Amino acid sequence: METLGHLAHGFSVAFTPVNLMWCLLGTTLGTAIGVLPGLGPALTIALLLPITYQVAPEASFILFAGIYYGAMYGGSTTSILLNTPGESATIVTALEGNRMARSGRGGAALATSAIGSFVAGTLGTLGVAFLAPVVVKFALSFGPAEYFSLMVLAFITVSAVLGSSSVRGLTSLFIGFVIGMIGVDLQTGQPRFTFGMSQLLDGVDVIVVAVGLFAVGETFYMASRRYAGKDEIVPLKGSLYMTAAEWARSWKAWLRGALLGFPIGALPAGGAEIPTFLSYAIEKKLSKHKEEFGTVGAIEGVAGPEAANNASAAGVLVPMLTLGLPTSATAAIMLSAFQSYGINPGPMLFMTQANLVWGLIASLFIANIILVILNLPLIGLWVRLLKIPAPQLYAGILVFATVGTYGISQSPTDLVILYLLGGAGFLMRRFDFPTAPVIIGMILWPLAETQFRRAMTISNGDWSVFYKHPLSLTLLTLAFIGLIGPHVYAYIERRRMRGPEHVPGDA
Amino acid sequence: MSTSDQQAARPRLAVPELLIGIGLLACAGAVAWQTLSIPVSPLYSKVGPTVFPYITMVGMTVLSLLLIVAALRGGWQPEEEKETPTDWKAMGIVAVGLVANLVLIQPLGFTAASVIMFVLICHGFGSRHPLRDVLLGLILALAAYFGFARALGVNIGAGFIENQLNTGLDSIIRMLRG
Repeated sequence: METLGHLAHGFSVAFTPVNLMWCLLGTTLGTAIGVLPGLGPALTIALLLPITYQVAPEASFILFAGIYYGAMYGGSTTSILLNTPGESATIVTALEGNRMARSGRGGAALATSAIGSFVAGTLGTLGVAFLAPVVVKFALSFGPAEYFSLMVLAFITVSAVLGSSSVRGLTSLFIGFVIGMIGVDLQTGQPRFTFGMSQLLDGVDVIVVAVGLFAVGETFYMASRRYAGKDEIVPLKGSLYMTAAEWARSWKAWLRGALLGFPIGALPAGGAEIPTFLSYAIEKKLSKHKEEFGTVGAIEGVAGPEAANNASAAGVLVPMLTLGLPTSATAAIMLSAFQSYGINPGPMLFMTQANLVWGLIASLFIANIILVILNLPLIGLWVRLLKIPAPQLYAGILVFATVGTYGISQSPTDLVILYLLGGAGFLMRRFDFPTAPVIIGMILWPLAETQFRRAMTISNGDWSVFYKHPLSLTLLTLAFIGLIGPHVYAYIERRRMRGPEHVPGDA
Repeated sequence: MSTSDQQAARPRLAVPELLIGIGLLACAGAVAWQTLSIPVSPLYSKVGPTVFPYITMVGMTVLSLLLIVAALRGGWQPEEEKETPTDWKAMGIVAVGLVANLVLIQPLGFTAASVIMFVLICHGFGSRHPLRDVLLGLILALAAYFGFARALGVNIGAGFIENQLNTGLDSIIRMLRG
């Protein structure tokens, strides 16, 4: 019941006219950038980070959370009508959603994804409100050794377990580590990785890295692939109102998707890809209309994954707020916004910044209501955004990228770093290296180092703290299994297949 | 399991991936050089500032070697990506746009440099309406400039255009305030 009291207080923060305005601005902007291919919430929040110098923390986090939720709603519109997933989490939505649009049922697909996002987003936010205080109680007993081991686990899950290759994921993570260490070591005052350049003493700003990888890299990639063929926008046909049969097929999928998405999102692993793919597989298995999957498009295949996506987006906020552990690029950039206010997310946040935390959670409920209105009756507006031609879209993105970067310090050095990182971002995109671990690595590595040093100072330089504490040992073991397990499994499978019969063909 | 079968069928050297691996190994070398040049004070003998750099150095080296091995075994690029030819010309024009912006932003100010970059990038992406792009770029750059510089209080390079407009805007604000 304590939570309800906190929530009531949160609503009193979120319902002030100013904060409602920030919420409306965030959700509108979020939907727009979700719809536009090439722009994502991580990039947008990074570009807007300077706002933290101007407004109260409540206002900027309500804005950022609105962008974060809005991008999930907007991304599904692009997936359904353009078959180009605006967000990696909406890849699955495109599978069935685009087929539905092609067979003239785009309206129903958009409706089930918007209403499903609303249902799952609301359930997920309730999950945050009720789960977070529980995690906080648990986390209060964590010492520096446990925090360090938890971060190691998150590093492994984010880069090695998720994604197509653990080697490439870890490479991205280590690139992030290198960037994160550039600058003066805060504990000893020694400059590290500065190559003797005074411009690097302050470190590389997360804005420069996010904008370089996501905006400049993406622009190079799109320019390089003009021969790849274009996706056409499927004109929006069919009523936006679902029939009774479509409702009946959707609601269970929404609930299943939400139940799948929230817990997976809340784990210190994050990622919306796994729950969306799982939800798709489950809906396909349970559906009574299997023949529609992959042909004319099955509504369950849109409803379930879309709900899973939004619930897991809410789930990601649990480790971010309670442990200070970001598991997505967007969450990592939000963490750096906390740092810019001098606030450390973690269990103490709920006591020292109750206004901020509960105001933010309350605003997420409001954001969901605004978003379902923005994305259903006003859908025609967003479809028009899809018609912005690629040349002007990407050129425009780079104009904003330059403002956002150059504005930090007015130094051309930042622009040089930005463009170099853009080149790196292009190569990463082209050669299938995930980019999110770079951002997570650069934000989290210095924090991991702080916890590591704290643990070693307390233990007087004795390494055994990390494996003598049972919780720390468990976390490190899980990380080790996450790193080695898949390879051992693949090796055993290969051995089995190479058995005496020499079975040809692939598995 | 399909990847291992492909590797078994065509264990050919993949040049682009090999270059990526070698590039990363070079990065690992740079990390090693910078790590070794961090002075270690005896005061911080427990956990000095070099522990995490060393971990990073070892990690980068191992990972780049693993990538080189993967490249020697045929690489990891999906077929679809390999078959799409890279449009070097488009990329080159985009790069020229970025460099132009970098060089011109201090002498000309943000707006003028942005318009030039905007037009070049549009051209790189295949737009053939330079005049329309100049107009669009100007509107966008001014929107970005005034959005960031005036609303967010971020100071970005002001040149002739911005100064004229700022003076104009200030005098309008003064007039409105009476």
